[in-house]
Amino acid sequence: MKLLKLVPDNTNIKFLRLRVPFFVLSLVLIFGSWAAVAVNGLNFGVDFAGGQEVRMTFTQNKTAPIASLRELVGGLGYGEPVVQEFGAPNQVSIRVALPEGTENTPGAATAIGDKVIATVTAAYPDARKDGNDTVSGKVAGEFRNQAIIALAAAMAAVAAYIWIRFEWQFGAGAMFALVHDVSVTVGLFAITQMEFSLQIVAAILAIIGYSLNDTIVVYDRIRENLKKFRKMPLPELLDLSVNETLARTIMTSLTLFVALIPLLFFGPESLFGMVAAITVGLFIGTYSSIYMAGALLIWMGVTSNSFVPTETATDRQEKLARGDG
Amino acid sequence: MLDFPLWKKLSLWAVTLAAALLALPSLAGVAGLPWPAALPNPQVNLGLDLAGGSHLLLEAKADDVRAQRLDNMEESVRQLMRNASPRIRIGDVSTADGKLSFMLENAADSDRARGLIEPAMQGATTVREWELQVVDGQRIVLSQTEAGVEQAIDDAMDSATEVVRRRIDELGTREPTIIRQGDTRIVVQVPGLQDPDGLKQLLGQTAQLEFKLVDLNALPSNVAAGIAPAGSEIFPFAPGTPGEGQFLAVRRLGGIRGENLTGAQAGVDPQNNRNVVNIAFDAQGGAKFAKLTTENVGKPFAIILDGQVLSAPNIESAIVGGRAQISGSFTPESANQLAIALRSGALPVPLAVVEERTVGPDLGADSIRKGLLAMGIGSLAVIVLMIATYGRFGVYATTALVLNVLMLLGLMALGGFTLTLPGIAGFVITIGAAVDANVLINERIREERSRGRKVVSAVETGYKEASRAIWDANLTNVISGVALFAFGSGPVKGFAVVLVIGIVTSVFTGVTLTRMFVAGWLRKARPNDITI
Repeated sequence: MKLLKLVPDNTNIKFLRLRVPFFVLSLVLIFGSWAAVAVNGLNFGVDFAGGQEVRMTFTQNKTAPIASLRELVGGLGYGEPVVQEFGAPNQVSIRVALPEGTENTPGAATAIGDKVIATVTAAYPDARKDGNDTVSGKVAGEFRNQAIIALAAAMAAVAAYIWIRFEWQFGAGAMFALVHDVSVTVGLFAITQMEFSLQIVAAILAIIGYSLNDTIVVYDRIRENLKKFRKMPLPELLDLSVNETLARTIMTSLTLFVALIPLLFFGPESLFGMVAAITVGLFIGTYSSIYMAGALLIWMGVTSNSFVPTETATDRQEKLARGDG
Repeated sequence: MLDFPLWKKLSLWAVTLAAALLALPSLAGVAGLPWPAALPNPQVNLGLDLAGGSHLLLEAKADDVRAQRLDNMEESVRQLMRNASPRIRIGDVSTADGKLSFMLENAADSDRARGLIEPAMQGATTVREWELQVVDGQRIVLSQTEAGVEQAIDDAMDSATEVVRRRIDELGTREPTIIRQGDTRIVVQVPGLQDPDGLKQLLGQTAQLEFKLVDLNALPSNVAAGIAPAGSEIFPFAPGTPGEGQFLAVRRLGGIRGENLTGAQAGVDPQNNRNVVNIAFDAQGGAKFAKLTTENVGKPFAIILDGQVLSAPNIESAIVGGRAQISGSFTPESANQLAIALRSGALPVPLAVVEERTVGPDLGADSIRKGLLAMGIGSLAVIVLMIATYGRFGVYATTALVLNVLMLLGLMALGGFTLTLPGIAGFVITIGAAVDANVLINERIREERSRGRKVVSAVETGYKEASRAIWDANLTNVISGVALFAFGSGPVKGFAVVLVIGIVTSVFTGVTLTRMFVAGWLRKARPNDITI
């Protein structure tokens, strides 16, 4: 039986020859993402903005009366609602943000939610409530803080782990790759204006764990080769390591990718944003493993001596005592 | 490395099968198949986002606890001063800025007043609850300590949780979860409840019932303007009552609270067919109520519920039986709701809903169906890819993958963990990432073979050299899993649980089990060459 080989044997792509243009591209992506967040802002869902979101099915209709719903709910005086098709043509999600000045009123979001649902069901008796979320301003603020802390803590902890297991240059490289992956994923949400919710933060936290898997495989090989080929110039050694592990990098990303794609297209609508974020993060993570993680090591001065234990004073004394120093 | 003695093989299979079998009841449940009653039946809990139901986060208004403590202290101080012999006269009582302060008419009473008040400042615990200061020798200022307020809020939240539980039980909902969270919050989760409006109304009702004497000396013009005479306070009439839109001045102190009730039932007054709530006091409450009504025959008293006047009837005669009837503008439902609320006790502090998440059962079932479909297609794709790439070694890896999914489900059922909607995504990620270990191992074996190592040695080196990266990669995943768990609300926690348990089971199946499979084959077939 002939087995599939995604990467031919003895592949030797000179990845690092293009390290400067690709590094510039990465910086552009990172700063571009930040700019997108600054300019467009994120389309915060009720989790982070507070307010209410209700999903409804119009059981006696083929399509939901989106335009008139917009008018109806907009007329309640809570500001412009976001009314979107959700899942099927006769299903909608209606989102109303907290009006100014009610951020600190504990029951405000729930009261608005009840009012919206009552208004819609009174006007459309066939409207069935499938689910709703209301989040008060205070709770939304707590979610925002928790999200920022969790993201920062996870990135720092993962980078610290890499630092402990390898060398500081590798930890810094991992941190840069993480900042890169997280920024680009968030930037994508700023550009597409897809709803940014708790689930998306969960997806990004998962990316922080998984996008480094490939990086670790490459680093592990770099460490091995640094010990093996003491005289090889670093760019050449990095290229060798990336090429040797290329099949792994692609295959591990591909297995996750083929598992995620059906969930993206056939899975529950409520998971779409989350799965999209993970899929994008997966791509970005693979790219940063191949390009960024290695290139940075050159500039931070990793040498073949990085993994040779330095002789300590105690070692010296022991050697002397043995008489071979 | 490839040596597996019989005991080791047997114990590995025992662990695997035991965990995998635990998944069967849950699988039967999802497929709608009956599960024999005689067998153990551990089920994976479905989160509210999959099973349908309501999640409410209630928050107490902590400031109300401060205000109430202050009122209670004022009442005890007035009583203590009045009952002292000789009586201590006080004036200029104020509760501004969260402090109780008053003037002694005679500065010489200062030590005596302090001696009387100090025992009342001590609560049930050793926490110092109040500070007493004497200013200018004649003014006594009592301020609440933070520790005292915290203690009071803590007590109030404990009993509020109990009250919430009793009220939800009265509604007859199945398997509610009611947990205190943090300092001032209570989480309520009710599976299957699609329309939580009734529940929200019931929990939103503090059910603080008060009987207070009407202040007959208040000027109607002042009352309408919201100006309360000294010693009185003003309440609005409840919506729907005859007095709606008007206000009533009542004596602030000397009333009684409806906390000594033994029962409350909704009923109909036979004389006028109105909906009423009949209440019965316990012995202590009955005695107080009898005293209040005996001393004030002919005067009106107000029945106040949660700061709104329901009615203000004249006391026709002393009520000594410990029974009373409350009428307002009730519908049968609202009368019943009030009866439930009164029976289960007043909330010691008002609660507001600060987060609500409701999912209908149809939406949840739809999510499960679509999630399972996607998971099936995804698994199939991974299996095809792995077998096409690694042949026999791919078969071992995918066998391990199937066992991994079963073990993950089984362990979740055993541990009583909850499967949520994001948890389904967690399952799919686990399926896609679990074979990563096999990719690393198999690629390394390929590499070692092409460098000319013999089969057994190549396999051994493959497992040994790949394990470092597998270990590091999975540990970073655990780190992010822990961050997820610490961060998340319920659904996100469910995602974290699947990821973290999935990492553990996938290392077990992907590394240990496949090594056993490969070792068994190598030992039996003794191949000179392998296709990988």
